[in-house]
Amino acid sequence: MTLGIGGWGPRRKPMALVREILRSDLTDLTIAAYGGADVGMLCAAGRVRKLIFAFVSLDAIPLEPWFRQAREAGLIEVLEVDEGMFQWGLKAAAYRLPFLPTRVGLGTDIARLGGLKYVTSPYADAETLIAMPAIRLDAALLHVNRCDWRGNVQLLGPDFYYDEWFARAADACFVSCEELVDKIECHYPEDARGNIFERSLVQGVVEIPGGAHPSSMPPAYGWDMRALKDYAEAARDPGGWASAAARFVGPDEQSYLAGFGGQEAVASLPLPVF
Amino acid sequence: MRQVSLAELCIFACSELFRTDREIVASGIGPIPRIAAGLAKLTHSPGLLMTDGEAFLVEEPTPIGPRGDYRIQASGHLPFSRFFDAAVWSGRRHAMVTPTQIDRFGQTNLSALGGTHARPKVQMLGVRGFPGNSVYHPNSMFIPQHSPRVFVAGEVDFVSSAGYNPDRRIPGGNFSGVSLLGIVTDLCVMDFGGADHAIRIASLHPGVSCDQVRQSTGFPLEADDPPVTPFPDPHTLSLIDRLDPHNLRSTVFKGNPMARGTGT
Repeated sequence: MTLGIGGWGPRRKPMALVREILRSDLTDLTIAAYGGADVGMLCAAGRVRKLIFAFVSLDAIPLEPWFRQAREAGLIEVLEVDEGMFQWGLKAAAYRLPFLPTRVGLGTDIARLGGLKYVTSPYADAETLIAMPAIRLDAALLHVNRCDWRGNVQLLGPDFYYDEWFARAADACFVSCEELVDKIECHYPEDARGNIFERSLVQGVVEIPGGAHPSSMPPAYGWDMRALKDYAEAARDPGGWASAAARFVGPDEQSYLAGFGGQEAVASLPLPVF
Repeated sequence: MRQVSLAELCIFACSELFRTDREIVASGIGPIPRIAAGLAKLTHSPGLLMTDGEAFLVEEPTPIGPRGDYRIQASGHLPFSRFFDAAVWSGRRHAMVTPTQIDRFGQTNLSALGGTHARPKVQMLGVRGFPGNSVYHPNSMFIPQHSPRVFVAGEVDFVSSAGYNPDRRIPGGNFSGVSLLGIVTDLCVMDFGGADHAIRIASLHPGVSCDQVRQSTGFPLEADDPPVTPFPDPHTLSLIDRLDPHNLRSTVFKGNPMARGTGT
């Protein structure tokens, strides 16, 4: 199964949904993400067969230690592409195309290592381009600010990264949200511009306040850098992931959040300054 | 007269690399490149666009570090979700970055060291946006520790960004966007003005010799009696203070050394 995970590094990640995967027996996954702790955790837990990525990072902690361990042990297959190629692959999937052409990757190692093919422009320029294959997703997982029961989303904050294109590239899109309302038009009609993709793409919604923790969810809360540091340091502990998972996944969301001061503590995390 | 630190000398040199009369996005990644981009905008290159470090365009470069009462005044919006359309793939950007390895062709590596792609010895960030940056818009680099481990002999372990290597010019590919402007290090400023874009010492920081730079570089360097890297004047230093009110630049080099020499 190929899963796309929205957000970017340690920002706007559907971490509660990722934790739920980690509590399940779902495995042998192909994961496509602008990676942060979502990718690190799934790699550490041995759930990833293949990763499609341009980076995996926790921003202030540049190198994601659990992802590094998995890579340096040769445990996962990868397709490493440029950040722009990645969204291009999502767009190809969204438009139901086999690929989209790009100059990006020319002159680097990524085409050869990723088995990417070249195409020649049929027009007079005859330019050689890389054919970025569609990144088709069986499902996309996103965490948004607001949603109603019909799947009408509202994304707030300064940047939605490529969440829209994860939704469009997927056969099914599952959304967790900070706040679930009955009819969004009755509550927040003034924010309809935050509806960056349509409810026809959304198959399931669930309300999980704090569901992006420890990643940031502006404007609701910032990332939990102390939790991310503890998570990163845990990669050096002899107990390995099994021991770390007790704290960073936990048996359910309520116990998980309680371990970090509860929902109130998460809601008061300051937004990061860049 | 206030002494000029090596960090401030590098900021000034990096700001010169950002010099342009175009309206393009300046992305300085890391404290010194970011302060330098702001300095360029405040001095010789007012047309530069830049963000607050996140998603909003600002005309007043945002000071780095904790903001206190400072509030950004957004003049526009440039989120990551528009970045490839607006800045990268249209060629309207100059990024200054710090890769882990650089080779004689200006190819860089941010992805992995040693081993194989299936099992690298050291996994780093991944290629990030380097492949696209390198074929679409001008780029430059800041390297805080000039050494043969960064400036490697042979090719970089993983070519994350395209450079001027003729063996990697795919026939029919359009490489006209490849534009490497320069490299600022703790020892010198280099450019790509040698034969076939070979890397050249453009200026030496005070007290540094060409021999010292060559001993710290894994490949041959051209040099034609390079001058001393220019010092920032007191007005420039005051602008640097404004852009870096918490003096984060003092943490870039161990011990925050002064630039040797008298300055201006």
